[in-house]
Amino acid sequence: MGVGERLKPPPPSAVGALRHRVGGVLYRAPLLRLALLLGPVVLWMVVIYLGSLALLFITSFWSQDSVTGAIVQNWGLTNYQFLLQEDVYRTIAIRTVGIAIAVTLTDVALAIPIAYYAARIARPRLRTFLLLSMVLPLWSSYLVRVYAWRTILSGDGVLNWTLHQIHLGSVNLGFSRWSLWIVFSYLWLPYVTLPVYAALERIPNSLIEASTDLGARWLTTFRRVILPIAIPGIVAGSIFAFSLTIGDYIAPDLVGDTEFIGNVIYQSVGIANNIPFAAAYAIVPALVMAIYLLIARQLKAFEAL
Amino acid sequence: MTASRALEPLSAVSQPLAAPAPAEVRLENVRKTFGEIVAVAGVDLEVREGEFFSLLGPSGCGKTTCLRMIAGFEEPTAGRILLHGKDVSGSPAYERDVNTVFQDYALFPHMSVRENVEYGLMVKRVGGQERRQRVTEALRMMRLDRFDRRKPGELSGGQRQRVALARAIVNQPRVLLLDEPLGALDLKLRQAMQIELKSIQERLSMTFIYVTHDQEEALTMSDRLAVMNQGRVEQVGTPAEVYERPATGFVAGFVGASNVLSGDAASAITGQRHAITVRPEKIRLGVAGEQPHGQEVSTPGVVRDVVYVGAFTRYVVDLDAGGELVVLQQNLAMSSMDVLQARGRRVSLFWDRQHSRVISESGGNQKQEEVG
Repeated sequence: MGVGERLKPPPPSAVGALRHRVGGVLYRAPLLRLALLLGPVVLWMVVIYLGSLALLFITSFWSQDSVTGAIVQNWGLTNYQFLLQEDVYRTIAIRTVGIAIAVTLTDVALAIPIAYYAARIARPRLRTFLLLSMVLPLWSSYLVRVYAWRTILSGDGVLNWTLHQIHLGSVNLGFSRWSLWIVFSYLWLPYVTLPVYAALERIPNSLIEASTDLGARWLTTFRRVILPIAIPGIVAGSIFAFSLTIGDYIAPDLVGDTEFIGNVIYQSVGIANNIPFAAAYAIVPALVMAIYLLIARQLKAFEAL
Repeated sequence: MTASRALEPLSAVSQPLAAPAPAEVRLENVRKTFGEIVAVAGVDLEVREGEFFSLLGPSGCGKTTCLRMIAGFEEPTAGRILLHGKDVSGSPAYERDVNTVFQDYALFPHMSVRENVEYGLMVKRVGGQERRQRVTEALRMMRLDRFDRRKPGELSGGQRQRVALARAIVNQPRVLLLDEPLGALDLKLRQAMQIELKSIQERLSMTFIYVTHDQEEALTMSDRLAVMNQGRVEQVGTPAEVYERPATGFVAGFVGASNVLSGDAASAITGQRHAITVRPEKIRLGVAGEQPHGQEVSTPGVVRDVVYVGAFTRYVVDLDAGGELVVLQQNLAMSSMDVLQARGRRVSLFWDRQHSRVISESGGNQKQEEVG
């Protein structure tokens, strides 16, 4: 066989020819390629996610007929007026955001040393083990983890039993804001630790050496070089802790003694069937989150994700 | 010039004339192992004050490890390191009066150029007026005054390189350590920076220890250099000494291209069973049977390969005595057509006796006698 013959493509089958043509069309039409690639996802995002957000927003201006309980599509600000007039809703909103802030700060404070150790000090095998143990709790059910804490913190739980055994009296943590704070901090810690880990791990060793070389001790290097470079990653992690706390309504029921925004919304929908009011109240955390994300964007947190 | 005055080492206080000044940097039998791997296998070095000293060698020869031990990033496994006569074993990097220019520059990405340069002074709590003045001076010296508000990410490679230099010299260290600082620059910029670095070093009369794998760089810039291989120093000397009188086969091969003829071929040519080396540009290509002049050594062979490089031509000649020699000839009157026809031709090679040197083929003992 000659060289020229060998270079010829094999005789095309029908399917092969079709594939060849489709491939050619896609190759020459980058927009079509993009549409096929992203179309389904964009459809999902726009129609289902943004669409329902828009509906939520619209619904919040409707109202409920006080006699029949049916939804009346009258445009008005009655829901919002009600929210502003009743102190209890403001108190709940402030409490939710307050605990979310406390949880976020706690998680950041815990995540930085853990992530620093894993990213920059631990040897590879220990690092793998640490990363695994960080994400391992995520493999078990949320409910199991919350109930586990309930067992620990409740009045006759593991914590008090231990304290009693070593003659330290007892604490009354179960079903309080303290227990909520502890449980939330535990639940969302992995979501904060991982982005912080990624941010710290990315810092080139030579930067730390350069700082040392220029006369800085470890603490100065940490404060002036490591922390500022890791800030985007830290803020990115804090988004998770903050948003997950603000949106939660199960843990407050199981280990808390107070209500969160989510509980009120849940009751408005499930018990009172007042969907317009629930929608109006749901706008509050959405607004808070929007502000948080704007600040996060200023701090370049999205570049760290 | 006031510009350089301000940057002169603070420690350059005159010492008593009688006592010989201790070496600026001294390595005494320094070893460094990482687990099983021996990075530095016993190095003795002495770097004098105000000297441009290069550590030259292939990657993995231990030159960077030596530099990192001087800086304090690594502790020697054995041996001592002395800075200005003081043993610095165990003293952390932030206490040593040396500064490093890193291969990747290691500029702080979140700080402006000025903040980067200011960092060392800020950490050492040098006060407002003096700090500002010294930073401005260093920026001007490195021609960075126009960029002082930019972030490193907004600079070109050459500008980043100059920021790294400014950040180090603003501290007026007694010794500046440079770890392949020009490695990432393109050829033109690298050559310009070589000249600039050398002139800065002379102006500040600062001791530079310069790590490079580029032999040309080491030869053009250094006052003295050490050629390293496999964790050992093969030869220390001025560029001319190292180039003209390579102590070992490795140095001959690494510093400039060189030919090494083993004992058998060498004894056929010189009558002595010592390996010899001869630079390709020192060899003259003559017609077969031509008689040697004066002090010349001659040996016949066949041209195996011809590489036309424009200004000169590289011939590879198989010797009748065994082995091969690479010969460089300027293309004085020859065209590419002429030289390419030389392939397969019988030739005689000539060189002056003084240009071939006896070498020890491994490191070890360093013989430097002339063949004769």
